[in-house]
Amino acid sequence: MRPLKTSAEVISLRANITQRKRWDVIFGLLGILALALGLMTIATLLIDMLIDGWVRFHPDFLSNFPSRHAGKAGILSAWVGSGLVMLVTAVVAVPLGVAAGVWLEEYAPKHWITDVIEINVNNLAGVPSIIYGLLALGLFVYTFHLGQSVRTAGLTLALLILPMVIVATREAIRTIPQIIREGAYALGATQWQAVKHHILPYSTPGILTGIIIGMSRAIGETAPIITIGALTFIAFLPPPPLTDVAPYLNFEWLSAPFTVMPIQIFSWTSRPEAAFQHNAAAASALLVLMTLTMNGLAIWLRYRLRKNLKW
Amino acid sequence: MCAPEFSIKNMNSSLSNSPVLAARPVSDRLAKRLSRHIGERLIEAVLFAAAAASVFITLGIVYVLVSESIEFFKQISIVDFLTDTQWTPLFDDAHYGIMVLLSGTAVSSLVALGVAIPLGTTIAIYLSEFASPRNREIAKPILELLSSIPTVVFGYFALLFVTPLLQHLMPELPGFNLLSAGLVMGIMITPIVSSLSEDAMRAVPMAMREGSYAMGATRLQTALRVIFPAAISGIGAAYILGVARAVGETMILAVAAGMQPNLVWDPREPAATITSFIVQVALGDLPHGSTGYLTIFAAGLTLMLFTLVFNIFGFWLQRRYRERY
Repeated sequence: MRPLKTSAEVISLRANITQRKRWDVIFGLLGILALALGLMTIATLLIDMLIDGWVRFHPDFLSNFPSRHAGKAGILSAWVGSGLVMLVTAVVAVPLGVAAGVWLEEYAPKHWITDVIEINVNNLAGVPSIIYGLLALGLFVYTFHLGQSVRTAGLTLALLILPMVIVATREAIRTIPQIIREGAYALGATQWQAVKHHILPYSTPGILTGIIIGMSRAIGETAPIITIGALTFIAFLPPPPLTDVAPYLNFEWLSAPFTVMPIQIFSWTSRPEAAFQHNAAAASALLVLMTLTMNGLAIWLRYRLRKNLKW
Repeated sequence: MCAPEFSIKNMNSSLSNSPVLAARPVSDRLAKRLSRHIGERLIEAVLFAAAAASVFITLGIVYVLVSESIEFFKQISIVDFLTDTQWTPLFDDAHYGIMVLLSGTAVSSLVALGVAIPLGTTIAIYLSEFASPRNREIAKPILELLSSIPTVVFGYFALLFVTPLLQHLMPELPGFNLLSAGLVMGIMITPIVSSLSEDAMRAVPMAMREGSYAMGATRLQTALRVIFPAAISGIGAAYILGVARAVGETMILAVAAGMQPNLVWDPREPAATITSFIVQVALGDLPHGSTGYLTIFAAGLTLMLFTLVFNIFGFWLQRRYRERY
């Protein structure tokens, strides 16, 4: 570069540098502003729900059935339904997802079948949730005749979160160094013993994080549940899973009609009366607090994991 | 010096002296035990079955969508489906023009991308090039909470908070419109765009940043002229996965955009999208096997094809940038 000759050139260069540095600061502020917009949306949404729903926050709201009178309506059948559906979802998705993840990471040979399964899991993660609803309608409701029941909804949501559980399991297992496996094999462990005693225990926090995030997604899903035709007025509870006569377990609740929290919110939101919208806001606030808590727990788990685990 | 050797010799002799072990030669003791071997293979088979189950989900989806759509196209010609400009499957004078629903989906997705791409890219550049590692670690998970909020709640927010707010600015805005649904949807997919773009930018090797700084470039110059072009295929993948998410979004549109099928290009109008139409039909009580019932599978197949194309293109771009450095 040729040396600068005149003072005019120096001055213009300095002005140029100052200006570029100013743009640096401006962009930094813009970045903070964009971030703040995102964070403020969460805050605004939550505060809006709390203010709109404030009149309905009362213990009765949790213990009342939905009703034609907005003031007497509650979410008892909705939160019980959500709990039961989540139970089915977890029972199906967790073992299936963890097993599939373990196979893909620990057992899968280099083979075209493995490639097919891998690509398939990635693609499933991108399928819109309403498509799972159509699958459930065509297959579970009209082919297997499982009805518009707790088990249909639970199975549908289990399929929906399965890719998330598989991916989380794989990522958790991938962080475990090879020496752990080699140590186990050196002591005469079989492959399954190495997985059971080492791989699974060490990857549990990571897998748990994935499961919690998957469940928080499932608890807020509305579209697939509406698609199976479950938007109905439910003012009763499914039969209890525990009874006082032997064998103390009752599985009739699996085939019972149900409603869940997001469905209840949707049906109240679509009512024109403002009174029902207060109900929708109160239920939304509860649902959002629930999913935020679950995600917060997952973030905390992941943070603790990263801090404590040093191989 | 010879203590270890000595002890090993001792051990060997004590092993061979043991009456139980001496009876079986070493090769025998290391031989495969049949029960253990079968157990291992059994477990492997069970794990494989779980992994293969995911393929059956895809097959199930394809089977249901295709078989019901074939039934649909036996009744409605595919040319009408693609070219008709009216969508009235539930009326007596039934028309089945998917363009109507596609226009609603396209307009709402464009509004969402109009929010998510500038916002997400700015956040990604800021987090990757400007923020301290500590701030990044805090900001990223909090931002990702945005996409964990149930979409039906976002729908409520769009209908009863954002729309009244917009009506202050545009008094003639109808209560149901694509604009507010699209804006809220844009905020919802911002974390997806920003998170994936940031990953792509952080995968650019440090040496490229250092080279740029050594030439006297500022942070912004480095970010826009070196990092952004180097990460462009990853950022493209982030945008495309954002599009796929917007196209498949259902509840925000079903709640806030109204469900009237309109062939629209103006986001201020109410309109139905592919997804909200499926919800609308599911809300009613159509008999199994009727033409109205079959339409949702044809609509679903169209949606599935679109998201599949976007997803495959996105993954292809993502893989490309991962392999480059």
